Amino acid sequence: MDLVLDSIVKRVGAQVWLHGIGMALQPGAVTVLLGATQAGKTSLMRIMAGLDEPTEGRVRVDGVDVTGMPVRERNVAMVYQQFINYPSLTVADNIASPLKLRGEKDVARRVRELAERLHIEMFLQRYPSELSGGQQQRVALARALAKGAPLMLLDEPLVNLDYKLREELREELTQLFATGDSTVVYATTEPGEALLLGGYTAVLHEGRLLQYGPTAEVFHAPNSLRVARAFSDPPMNLVRAQATLGGLRLPGGTELPVALPGGHGNDGGDVTLGLRASALRLHARPGDVAVQGTVELAEISGSDTFVHAATPWGELVAQITGVHYLELGSSVALHLDPAQAYVFGADGALLLAPARPGRN
Amino acid sequence: MARITLDLAHSYRPNPQQDSDYALLPLSMVFDDGGAYALLGPSGCGKTTMLNIMSGLLVPSQGRVLFDERDVTRASPQERNIAQVFQFPVIYDTMTVAENLAFPLKNRKVPEARIRQRVGQIAEMLEMSGQLDQRAAGLSADAKQKISLGRGLVREDVAAVLFDEPLTVIDPHLKWQLRRKLKQIHHELKLTLIYVTHDQVEALTFADKVVVMTRGRAVQVGAPDELFERPRHAFVGHFIGSPGMNFLPAQVQDGVLAVAGQRMPLPRALPDGALRLGVRPEYLALAAPGQAGALPCAVARVQDLGTHQMLTATIDGETLKVRCAPEQVLPGEGGTVWLQVLGEHTCFYQNEELLA
Repeated sequence: MDLVLDSIVKRVGAQVWLHGIGMALQPGAVTVLLGATQAGKTSLMRIMAGLDEPTEGRVRVDGVDVTGMPVRERNVAMVYQQFINYPSLTVADNIASPLKLRGEKDVARRVRELAERLHIEMFLQRYPSELSGGQQQRVALARALAKGAPLMLLDEPLVNLDYKLREELREELTQLFATGDSTVVYATTEPGEALLLGGYTAVLHEGRLLQYGPTAEVFHAPNSLRVARAFSDPPMNLVRAQATLGGLRLPGGTELPVALPGGHGNDGGDVTLGLRASALRLHARPGDVAVQGTVELAEISGSDTFVHAATPWGELVAQITGVHYLELGSSVALHLDPAQAYVFGADGALLLAPARPGRN
Repeated sequence: MARITLDLAHSYRPNPQQDSDYALLPLSMVFDDGGAYALLGPSGCGKTTMLNIMSGLLVPSQGRVLFDERDVTRASPQERNIAQVFQFPVIYDTMTVAENLAFPLKNRKVPEARIRQRVGQIAEMLEMSGQLDQRAAGLSADAKQKISLGRGLVREDVAAVLFDEPLTVIDPHLKWQLRRKLKQIHHELKLTLIYVTHDQVEALTFADKVVVMTRGRAVQVGAPDELFERPRHAFVGHFIGSPGMNFLPAQVQDGVLAVAGQRMPLPRALPDGALRLGVRPEYLALAAPGQAGALPCAVARVQDLGTHQMLTATIDGETLKVRCAPEQVLPGEGGTVWLQVLGEHTCFYQNEELLA
């Protein structure tokens, strides 16, 4: 389906929750709404669903203005953070309910198919309360899929699950969405989740749409400091710097050779250097620039170690693959390839992003 | 402080017959004096049962608990002399921060001068020195939980401090700072600390030794690098790391290893029969076609995860995840890629247990 939001404003009392949001969702693809709590993700979704009416602006579906049309007259499936099922119905009847409502034949077969896709076929005769949180959310997802709605809205559906379950379900969801049967909108606060889902990402911040585009593109070329901050986990390292003829002068006098676009190279103006945690390494390569620091903590996730260090550039976080032990208070040198630098102007606009491998 | 020895099992039902009747299967385990331990596992794995048995909230249905040489199996939490920190702040809102921190010491009639000194030290560690005279009522949830942590750590004479998911209420952006605090505090105070969590980052960052649990069983006790490099149980391989270890069924017969229909020379001595080969996404590398120990796999998907690429490949109905550098050139969906499944990091499992 083709969903277009045109200058959507939502005011509640004296507060403005959404500031004129305009976007045309990519039909048949996943759009991730990425932003911190209070960014406006849920407000926007409720307007897309028809649960709320915008104060100003229009919602168009396949060219038809549906602003103000209530949710029951639209064909929308929703999944929420909380696991919402009919408690008095079995799992099978929960999944069957939208099918029966539509008067579909062959309900039992469809239920079985959907249950198998979500790996809950062994629980069909149980009640939701007899299931774990992960299984309950699978039931809610199966019911949403049973609806076969052209628009599917998911509001942080995995946030209340353990991380291993999240990992599994995310993987399955990516595959379910890939069929392209529905236009999917998925709200999350986690940058990693947006990258795993792929598709398109809309970055929201305090009720404003900051950037919308293919997920990888938004990640690799955030158009502002705010987008870079919102779309980085761990947070992007930010260092105050001065533009010079040869690149950047960093605190402590280090020179970082980067080629700023014309007009920025010689004004000595204030800029911000942005470094992803993964751009900082413990081992030097030719051409690297290094900074010395003191280890404040080595956080270990299993697959990665996140080294927090106090340096003349400020507090930095480096992401190193694998498990590494670094003593608290020990000294450490962090190395970086200047080609990995992001540079933002005094107004926060992106001046320079690293070239993406395999592209020009 | 004490060395804690567990030699016990626990079932919430009488006359347990099979493994699934136990919340905690028979185990014997020693927690060294002054060590930092984490109990890690998914919900329902038995970690909280184990913690409650150590704290004295629960008497195990069989076996005993020793603090040093003393049998404390039936002793109350007070008699065991332990401190506890829970998920949610347990503090007195009407008291100041200093009074809250001093409370466990006052209760035990510690001399006034010593109390002041100790409260000052703990407040300093938690960076709360400036707030000592503030009432707890007006503080944020983070600050309140810091007071809870401080109350748990303020006594020097405790046998152990037990933490039950203490960072649940902390804002994600502040968590790392409290993790650092806990780590520093362990260095400085040398208390025996035991920390229950389902979050691998919390466990692996905090603890010198992590007890990984599943279905009532402690399947490995090890340092974080041991859990990552040599998971002794397939569950540990799966649970630690995101995504976890890849597994492939394999067969050994007459000195030949068969994996996905390919015969390979044995990389080392392995017993005959069915086993599973395990290799982490970080260690699964691309290989030249036909290379020894490599398998031809079908590319199912390539994801740009920003800081790296995740390749999903299939062979013989099994799925493999490969973590690749961002600049690595990979074939598209449907293409073939040779993956080096045998290497120094490859582990072999029989009945879920690592073959040495």
